[in-house]
Amino acid sequence: MHIVVCLKQVLDPEITPKYFKIDPDTNRPENSDTDLVLDSFAENALELAIQLRDKVPGATVTALCLGDEESEEVLRRALAFTANAAVRVWDEEWENLDGQAVGHILAQTIKSLGGAQLVLTGYQASDIEEGLVGPVMAEELGIPCVTLVSELEVEENSAKATVEVEGGYAVVSVATPAVFTIISSESNVPRLPKVKDIRLARSKPITLLESEDLNLDRESCQPGVKLERAYVLNREVACEVLPGDDGAELASELADRLLALKIL
Amino acid sequence: MTRILVFANQQGDSLSSGAKEALAFGSRLASSTGGEVRSVTLGPLAEAGAREAIANGASIAYTISNPLLTEYDVELFVNSIHTVFEQSGSDILILSFDKIGKDLVGRIATRAGASAITEVVNYSANSDKVSWIRPIYGDKAFGEYSTTRPKVVVGIRQKSQDVIVQDETSKGEIIEVDYAPSEEMIVTKLVVKIQAALSDIRLEDARIIISGGRGLGGPEGFTELQVLANLLGGTVGASRAACDAGWVPSNLQVGQTGAVVAPDLYIAVGISGASQHLAGITNAKTVVAINTDPEATIFKRANIGVVADYKSVIQALTEKLKKVLV
Ligand SMILES: Cc1cc2nc3c(=O)[nH]c(=O)nc-3n(C[C@H](O)[C@H](O)[C@H](O)COP(=O)(O)OP(=O)(O)OC[C@H]3O[C@@H](n4cnc5c(N)ncnc54)[C@H](O)[C@@H]3O)c2cc1C
Ligand SMILES: Nc1ncnc2c1ncn2[C@@H]1O[C@H](COP(=O)(O)O)[C@@H](O)[C@H]1O
Repeated sequence: MHIVVCLKQVLDPEITPKYFKIDPDTNRPENSDTDLVLDSFAENALELAIQLRDKVPGATVTALCLGDEESEEVLRRALAFTANAAVRVWDEEWENLDGQAVGHILAQTIKSLGGAQLVLTGYQASDIEEGLVGPVMAEELGIPCVTLVSELEVEENSAKATVEVEGGYAVVSVATPAVFTIISSESNVPRLPKVKDIRLARSKPITLLESEDLNLDRESCQPGVKLERAYVLNREVACEVLPGDDGAELASELADRLLALKIL
Repeated sequence: MTRILVFANQQGDSLSSGAKEALAFGSRLASSTGGEVRSVTLGPLAEAGAREAIANGASIAYTISNPLLTEYDVELFVNSIHTVFEQSGSDILILSFDKIGKDLVGRIATRAGASAITEVVNYSANSDKVSWIRPIYGDKAFGEYSTTRPKVVVGIRQKSQDVIVQDETSKGEIIEVDYAPSEEMIVTKLVVKIQAALSDIRLEDARIIISGGRGLGGPEGFTELQVLANLLGGTVGASRAACDAGWVPSNLQVGQTGAVVAPDLYIAVGISGASQHLAGITNAKTVVAINTDPEATIFKRANIGVVADYKSVIQALTEKLKKVLV
């Protein structure tokens, strides 16, 4: 069983708003060179991929990333999680891809890797949150896509997925190969890689594929949307900080304010 | 003239809240671009949905009332909506980016050779050119996007639109589309559906919410918040940090990946105010923050701030309000 997990490198979503600025010339965050991390839902997908592999004898996990050289960090992390192989695809021309173009290129990459029984992605990347790559890949590969998956059980030619639906959960069974977009859950909390595995990961090979290695459709590699303008909206509210530092007095003052609002 | 098609999903025999938002967005867009809104509803109750869509601004309502479409199935819905998108000659397909929409937008767009844009909250229309506005980077910024293809599929962020006041007298045409999905298309089978345990008051509907974060230091703090919430007829929410720590169940999470709420009063206790948390309270009326750190970001969103240890405030506040309210 071959599992491919797609990993994206993103700007650290936990960056303090105070330090977050958009460069008006590039429309990109100013600090984009510094705090780059593995997308958190993709990391949940990676954890799940490793767990599934360890349950099925002979199974392998390939970590796949579309990105520049810097993004090899996320593949090193996947190798430290004990992924069996790491593949990076990149072309200088791919600076401004959108989710659809990324989905096309990743789907073609998976084909060139000989396909996969399970393709796992995060459900929405924590930078732009398009939530498109998984479904687009499924459409391109002509296989089913199950979104918002918290748990996954694999059988011979099918898989059982626990998915979030309106008002609760559902368990669905789907024929494989299929794409699954993963949300965080108690069962896929990313592991802390062992020091030994981190060290081993440093010297493992990362395969680089470029556009000429893939059977790409020129039109599908063009982004369908273009970011024209990005701006930080100042939503700051004038906050009235209640004076004093005695808890009981502050509580009393706050009670008066709340009563004055006439909503209690 | 832009031709706008809205997928109006139904829950039972009435439109889902996402569908009403999508119709409201479509109608607004139509009036700025001189276009018109058409809708598509699916399943045996499609005609009731079509009438409701007309009351929500659609001028033509397409239906596919095939019984196979009674329950949601991703393949059947992708095929059906895609068919109506093509046959109606629409330029813009609008869907709610709710749990079902997350299945559909990317697949229909790819199949139709259309651009795809998700989590849209607004647009700006300049003569015939429309650009789409959506939050990016965990709600820290907004992006304005243009599209490069003649057609576009648009996913509307949930809870971002005011719905239209229904007008039952508005007239429109209902057209049953000649399309028969077949059983062979189905590839996912529902094994079981589990309704989540609902708390007494749904966060989304609550007028008063008291939320706790990592600053509470453990589950015990939430008991104090619950007592205050009970007194005020409100309910308890939480930050992701508190949910991830296992102090409260994850269905209490407020924020971008949790509930999007719009209470009259939101009290954030021991919550730092990460952008992803604030994304869930954009429409809260009065926000109160209780936090030991005067520099915490939450004070930039709060109307009233209390810089103190919550332990010294919450119980005293509860006692004081009890005297007045009971
Ligand atoms: C993709 C993604 C999606 C996310 N979605 C969400 C979401 O939907 N909702 C969400 O909430 N988060 C979300 N997050 C997480 C978010 O970025 C923050 O990590 C989280 O909101 C922090 O929670 P917190 O404020 O409780 O914790 P912290 O940031 O640790 O803040 C704790 C606060 O408590 C204060 N404090 C400490 N002790 C006390 C005391 N005794 N009394 C009073 N105050 C005290 C501290 O000063 C501090 O400000 C998401 C993150 C990612 C990457
Ligand atoms: N450049 C990329 N390389 C590899 N995987 C990606 C890339 N972009 C997105 N993905 C995957 O698709 C998921 C959803 O991303 P998105 O559709 O961009 O919100 C992410 O969590 C990743 O698993």
